[in-house]
Amino acid sequence: MIHPHSPVLLEVRGLCASVNGVEILKGLDITVRRGEVHAIMGPNGSGKSTFAKVLAGHAAYAVTAGTAQLDGQDLFALAPEARALAGVFLAFQYPIEIPGVANSQFLRLAYNTLQTQRGQDELDPLEFDDFVREKMKSLEMSPEFLGRSVNEGFSGGEKKRNEILQMALLEPRLAILDETDSGLDIDALRIVSHGVNQLHHRDNAIVLVTHYQRLLNYIVPDFVHVMDAGRIVKTGGKELALELEERGYEGVGAEHLPGHGARHRAQAVAVAVTP
Amino acid sequence: MSAALQQLVNQPYKHGFVTDIESDVAPKGLSEDTIRMISAKKNEPAWLLEFRLGAYRTWLQMAEPAWPNLHYPKIDFQAISYYAAPRQKAKLKSMDEVDPELLRTFEKLGVPLHERMALAGVAVDVIFDSVSVATTYKHKLAEVGIIFCSMSEAVQQHPELVQKYLGTVVPQADNYYAALNSAVFTDGSFCFIPKGVKCPMDLSTYFRINTEESGQFERTLIVAEEGASVSYLEGCTAPAFSTNQLHAAVVELVALDDADIKYSTVQNWYAGDENGVGGIYNFVTKRGLAKGVNSRISWTQVETGSAITWKYPSVVLRGDNSVGEFYSVAVTNHLQQADTGTKMIHLGKNTRSTIISKGISAGRSSNSYRGLVRMAPTAAGARNHSQCDSMLIGDQSGAHTFPYIDVRNRTARVEHEASTSKIGEDQLFYFAQRGVGAEAAVSMIINGFCKEVFQQLPMEFAVEATKLLGFKLEGSVG
Repeated sequence: MIHPHSPVLLEVRGLCASVNGVEILKGLDITVRRGEVHAIMGPNGSGKSTFAKVLAGHAAYAVTAGTAQLDGQDLFALAPEARALAGVFLAFQYPIEIPGVANSQFLRLAYNTLQTQRGQDELDPLEFDDFVREKMKSLEMSPEFLGRSVNEGFSGGEKKRNEILQMALLEPRLAILDETDSGLDIDALRIVSHGVNQLHHRDNAIVLVTHYQRLLNYIVPDFVHVMDAGRIVKTGGKELALELEERGYEGVGAEHLPGHGARHRAQAVAVAVTP
Repeated sequence: MSAALQQLVNQPYKHGFVTDIESDVAPKGLSEDTIRMISAKKNEPAWLLEFRLGAYRTWLQMAEPAWPNLHYPKIDFQAISYYAAPRQKAKLKSMDEVDPELLRTFEKLGVPLHERMALAGVAVDVIFDSVSVATTYKHKLAEVGIIFCSMSEAVQQHPELVQKYLGTVVPQADNYYAALNSAVFTDGSFCFIPKGVKCPMDLSTYFRINTEESGQFERTLIVAEEGASVSYLEGCTAPAFSTNQLHAAVVELVALDDADIKYSTVQNWYAGDENGVGGIYNFVTKRGLAKGVNSRISWTQVETGSAITWKYPSVVLRGDNSVGEFYSVAVTNHLQQADTGTKMIHLGKNTRSTIISKGISAGRSSNSYRGLVRMAPTAAGARNHSQCDSMLIGDQSGAHTFPYIDVRNRTARVEHEASTSKIGEDQLFYFAQRGVGAEAAVSMIINGFCKEVFQQLPMEFAVEATKLLGFKLEGSVG
């Protein structure tokens, strides 16, 4: 939902980043206000997932230029765990398996770390158990997942639900969902999307990184951005995703042109002020 | 003698909480005269002097083992002083005098305040009367006929028991370090559980504090008679700084028919700094003899300290249906080296042994598991299950597994499983993205990895061991 006077939550300017010396992001700009849902689409290798990981602070990616601010705070000055505690949440495209560590322990550690940071009491294992079971209900997850090792032996859909469960526990200000729809059957997609929608409110924002329009039928974006070759080359409303589905990336004029990024950012702002 | 070792042996006591100690130290060097002097000072019976001299003469013929996967400068045994008179540790008046680094460690480990003071050498009589606690325990144990005292005391008070069992599990000439220990040991613990007695509490060396320091050549003997049982806890999780660079201890356990001995160690000796300077060389021989039918001996160890660890707590399963167990977590960081494991020697029928070994290597350390499972021709129907898991942290540490399997009975069965895993950057990033820093993440992963071993530890030991591991691995990632 677009709230024109809503404060800017995330402001990224001229972001360049590389992995193993290869530049992937080449001057990316995006502005996300509280309450908004943004979708970032684009062909394979355009840098969508890299953008998600760079914001979260993955060590393999080096930021070479540009800035990113969360509520005016320099994100790149923070360690990955500090970014998380500041409210940046990344739902992983490929959630990591942690053998030997029970999911309940992992979830409780994450939750209690945040509680401590907020100056609130930690939950003991019994209190947490009640708390997390309630959250699991809405994602139609069996309590059996609490006893299993983190993501180990989970199906693709189970892993994605476990990601959204973590989002529900941590209540981030900015949730970046990296291809959360991939590997989900239609029922799982409905459940996961419902979970995300329930968590969305006017003080947080969601950035969906996706290949397909399908997800956007369930989580309706306010803005759709098209990425190509490391920058955002086109921005529009939700209808842009439909157009992409129909005509492909080439068809909507998303070929990379110098200066495209800046121009479409202006367009995004223009859209933002029109209720 | 190499310059490096010279430095190790001679370095001043860094942790200045012991000062002005009266000393009665023998001149450096080892000879028959040194041994006669030790024996005379301790007022020992003639047979014990002969035991020592026999060990010494054998030791002279032996060579230091070259097979371990350990690298260290040659030890000059003539540069060591083999006797220091029993002495009181100098007491500090308050916690203010304690090394802040040590306090920080206690803090992190969550050691209760009164224990911190006791461990740091502060006079604690006012707050925690350890003497009276020790005395109370001793009375309670004496009521049921249990003897629990220092080895020196046992030699004086119960010479017939010591003579009957000393050296029956680890003979004088067993190996180089055991022979050295047999020649020069100064003290240790003695524990005797008479027939049919279940020891009413865990026995811990902690309750022997305020007796003299056991020194670098410690000797422990635990005997459980028919139907007796005991759980013995060695050491504590607080860091044990020592002036002695070389430790060569011997521990012998004897379990008669239907007896049960559980021996748990959480070892946190000084491991040297991150450049491998200093640290204790720990060459220990620990062995249990499951002598009687249906007897059981169980070793649980959490090894986190020492610059060098050479240690194979073993069980000789002589009695039919006897059980041997070995649960081990060995952590190495920085430049630590550990070559540790066990030997399960099956002699009796239907004997069973279990080996669970978890090795964790961080920094530039090297961690080797070395284990022998032998099924003698007499071991009909014997079974062993071994599981050796290694975990690597970072990309400069090493893990090695050396299993030796020797089966001479067709009906015996041996199973060996091994795995190696690594704490990956992706796992740590996943934790970090949920707000959890590397230290807490590693601690959680490691505890998951070590669960099966920690479950074997007495409750309070398990809690401390968990914290200790996190602490030892601090700074090894991220």
